[in-house]
Amino acid sequence: MVESTVQQSRSRDLDKLLLRPGNLVGPNFEPGPGLREDLKEYVRVLVVGAGGLGCELLKDLALSGFREIEVIDMDRIEVSNLNRQFLFRLEDVGKPKAEVAARRVMQRVAGVNIVPHFCRIEDKELDFYSNFSIIALGLDSIEARSYINSVACSFLEYDADDKPQEETVKPMVDGGTEGFQGHARVIMPGITPCFECTIWLFPPQVKFPLCTLAETPRTAAHCIEYAHLIKWDEVHSGEAFDPDDPEHMKWVYDEANKRAELFGIPGVTLSLTQGVVKNIIPAIASTNAIISAACALETLKIASGCSKTLSNYLTYNGAEGLHTKVTEFVRDKDCLVCGPGVLIELDASVTLQKFIELLEEHPKLLLSKASIAHRGKNLYMQAPPVLEEMTRSNLSKSLYDLMGKIPKDVVHATGTTNKNDKKTSVLRKLRVVFKGVDEITDMETAAGGA
Amino acid sequence: MIRLFKVKEKQKELAEANGGSPLKRQSAGELRLHKDMSELNLPKSCAISFPNGKDDLMNFEVSIKPDEGYYTGGKFLFSFEVSPIYPHDAPKVKCKTKVYHPNIDLEGNVCLNILREDWKPVLNINTIVYGLYHLFTEPNHEDPLNHDAAAVLRDNPKMFESNVRRAMTGGYVGQTLFPRCI
Repeated sequence: MVESTVQQSRSRDLDKLLLRPGNLVGPNFEPGPGLREDLKEYVRVLVVGAGGLGCELLKDLALSGFREIEVIDMDRIEVSNLNRQFLFRLEDVGKPKAEVAARRVMQRVAGVNIVPHFCRIEDKELDFYSNFSIIALGLDSIEARSYINSVACSFLEYDADDKPQEETVKPMVDGGTEGFQGHARVIMPGITPCFECTIWLFPPQVKFPLCTLAETPRTAAHCIEYAHLIKWDEVHSGEAFDPDDPEHMKWVYDEANKRAELFGIPGVTLSLTQGVVKNIIPAIASTNAIISAACALETLKIASGCSKTLSNYLTYNGAEGLHTKVTEFVRDKDCLVCGPGVLIELDASVTLQKFIELLEEHPKLLLSKASIAHRGKNLYMQAPPVLEEMTRSNLSKSLYDLMGKIPKDVVHATGTTNKNDKKTSVLRKLRVVFKGVDEITDMETAAGGA
Repeated sequence: MIRLFKVKEKQKELAEANGGSPLKRQSAGELRLHKDMSELNLPKSCAISFPNGKDDLMNFEVSIKPDEGYYTGGKFLFSFEVSPIYPHDAPKVKCKTKVYHPNIDLEGNVCLNILREDWKPVLNINTIVYGLYHLFTEPNHEDPLNHDAAAVLRDNPKMFESNVRRAMTGGYVGQTLFPRCI
């Protein structure tokens, strides 16, 4: 009866989720047409990657009621993408993925606004990322995930009781596929494990010993890696191998073939060469579709509260029959990226030397011989001697000045601590807050004015 | 979280372009490397340098001067390139000094198990440097990258020794010219 008074949108199924109350909904869920409008108005989603997962994600999010979407991808469209990256056509080959994907979805879904960014994720300032309500990841590399994770976690702030401050939590939804397998996960920095807490989930890459490649190749992959890692440098002195350059790839393929013939090894093909060199496992369109759907649904759940979110890691395996499972991973409480670290309050006058001494006495740390880093700057290094010498002059300076006169920030300290009478080396995250700094600034301003 | 998003969007409209954006962020790899460096304890015969200054730990060089074995007195420079996801990935290590060595090829590729197939995240920069040092005190013909050098070491250690001397003092071994590194 209530529903009859509410105007239905063109997404009937979405209305069922957003307009009706339920028992399994998230906290503070307020169903109604207002929610439907707010999703459009106030939620900004960034999709990272416009490839196999990204195409699906953009389409899914656009059809799930999100209106403000942006997408970032540095790649251009290749012919081999066309079987699954369904937003692209043959005439698009060579064009930036982000731009074509954004345009195609906007053509098909009325009202949606997708802003493309054809660039590297590292090219964007932190401000760019802080603008989004939710970041959805459709990536294929650990490096890129680790990067975005550290960016999202850098917005996170903790209160005096080491509780994450809700307004600083930047939710991420991460999807990944390899052949018939995939995962979807929800990362709420400070609340659920971040990417770095569980980086061990990724198996190490298989790396063949160089001497095997040089002396005793036994497989087609050995021949390809020989051409790629050894022969290339021998022939192209100084020129870096570019895996995205078809001519480079062809050269490696030809060399691998010669080597395979020499050793009587079958199986070197161009696609295997690309696979080995770029570490590619053939992508399956349906796996991407399933994983992206899970990610889009989680994004909708986080934003609207229409259901509790995935807690927190879903694996999917469609290789034999179908197996899917959700595991609740736990945070690494000492995680250097998302953990709270140890809160330290200081006077702005404290020198770096004094600070290092304080860490030794701090009951939660008892950290002796500490080396200190702040946002990529090494303020003081105990070793090696060459770095000690380069950083020694900082010891007499005030930490506040060294940190660029900001009232609070994170620094990292490495040192030794006694654990059960054994000296162990530890790396700790410290939240440094300078006492009374705001007042000082005000006074300075006042004095300047007078 | 829609309420929160709403509040944030409204705040943004109010305080449009209110600067104060955070500075550079540090990758997890950089942090771990910071730890490796601050507890680095190299043998006397090894020295480390940072061509890009004190704030770029991810690219550095290590010089090794073996004080025993065939290579005594030589000086060999290695470049290290560390990935942002270190220690998930091993550093990329290359030998910048052209050397006549069974386990190092003329391009500077190094056959050391812990750099590739046996890398574990518990290992660190110290372990690698010790591993490299070990290659000079105990070159082995079983993991050859320089096929010819390995064969000579296996079949004629005396000749290997004189070849190494010749290469280190700057001269030809076979068709290859080695620059002086003593």
